Amino acid sequence: MQNRVVITGLGIWSCLGTTLAEVRESLYHGKSGVIFSQQRKDAGFRSALCTDVPCPDLKPYLNRDLRKLIPEEAQYAYISTRQALAHAHLDQSYIDAHEVGVIFGNDSVAESTMRALDKFRQAGSTLACGSGAIFQSMNSTVTMNLATLYHFKGINLTASAACASGSQAVGLGYLLIRDGLQDCIVCGGAQENNMYCVAAFDGLMAFSTREGEPTRASRPFDRDRDGLVPGGGAATLVLESYDHAVRRGAPILAEIVGWGFSGNGDHISTPNVDGPARSLELSLQHAGLTPRDIGYINAHATSTQAGDGKEALAIARLFGDYRVPVTSTKGQTGHEMWMAGASELIYSILMMKNDFIAGSLNFENADEDTACIHVVPETYDTHFDTFLSNSFGFGGTNSTLIVKNLGEQGL
Amino acid sequence: MTRNEIIEQVNQLLSEEYEIDQKDFSPEASLKETLQLDSINLVDLVALVQYTYKITIPAEDLHQIKTFNDLYDYIEKHQTA
Repeated sequence: MQNRVVITGLGIWSCLGTTLAEVRESLYHGKSGVIFSQQRKDAGFRSALCTDVPCPDLKPYLNRDLRKLIPEEAQYAYISTRQALAHAHLDQSYIDAHEVGVIFGNDSVAESTMRALDKFRQAGSTLACGSGAIFQSMNSTVTMNLATLYHFKGINLTASAACASGSQAVGLGYLLIRDGLQDCIVCGGAQENNMYCVAAFDGLMAFSTREGEPTRASRPFDRDRDGLVPGGGAATLVLESYDHAVRRGAPILAEIVGWGFSGNGDHISTPNVDGPARSLELSLQHAGLTPRDIGYINAHATSTQAGDGKEALAIARLFGDYRVPVTSTKGQTGHEMWMAGASELIYSILMMKNDFIAGSLNFENADEDTACIHVVPETYDTHFDTFLSNSFGFGGTNSTLIVKNLGEQGL
Repeated sequence: MTRNEIIEQVNQLLSEEYEIDQKDFSPEASLKETLQLDSINLVDLVALVQYTYKITIPAEDLHQIKTFNDLYDYIEKHQTA
């Protein structure tokens, strides 16, 4: 027997806001989180565009010894998870008495690793790294910290799948609950937002250089897009079986009904159409849905010439003449990379629960490829009950999740 | 540095590092108890001494440093001119 898998709690720490209400308003009003960073320019970045994500203050919650173990991305994840647990009415006494798991997407620990190794090389002694360095500089730092801080005793796993990490983490959580191996898993994605983690990426000349107009720089699907804008933060979703949620009396927000995934088996950074198309197709098959059941697509589109067109062609291949509304929230958030697959589920759920689709910011003109899909340029009020969310990453890793509305409207 | 300068600086650094008020420090107090040291955060004390005074404390010496006074003594004795 397979379980239905529902979402009962959300938490977000992003450039669009640090509460669900703030993020909902930012989405609706087309606010951009993109800024120009003089620090990055002075440091030698080709593109000094990034996003403005506040630093959470964990002092009220965690003592010095615990904070010493937590790098930037895990700080974001700690606070978004705190929100999500409260939203799901999952208190510490319940967690302590039950087997709750954690799966997060994360694929870098650049700044913490760099700082520890700088101290080591400067001092010529490993002791100089300090006590927290090893725990901060492992890729699993987010889940190792969350599991110990919140006493999660179920699965404890980090998914590293480049820019599909957050989506793959939720997909894995969905499978484990669907197949009865876990009742409840805290899933999400976290992304460090410092310049060190994207310095080499900037060196690939993949970032937008529209530095004079930061809020117009990230323009997914637009003809004049010239690269992505790196972002960060964290997003958390509490997943549990429907029966478990009902037993707990938890607020049920939505249901994950399908997960598709695929590998391109192709170039390490240049995407293709076949891989994403198979991910989309598999998600629909798993969900037992047809394209016309999908009311909205939250695209992966990052504002690069290479990627957006290929995704548009993949969507068009599956959806044919059905002009499903498509947007990429990355026009507002930049590319939240390891976090994006999780945060974009939250952005889409906020739209679904509040009856609107946020316009794809800065989409003004289609090009030959992106004209084959219906990209929504302006926010409009509408109702939809099922959406699909794409996430694709370097190495040709693709993940597509389908989510259905459940429970009351408003969030 | 004079001993008093060492005491003043060490207390300030330890207070900042371990987020413990200096009024809880006294010369004969146990470092382990006062700073709530364990096998992991003890490393930060060693790193702090190494970084600030360029003094590496070997493991066998570390066992002998039990009180604040022991630490002041060690730094005073090993500091470079």
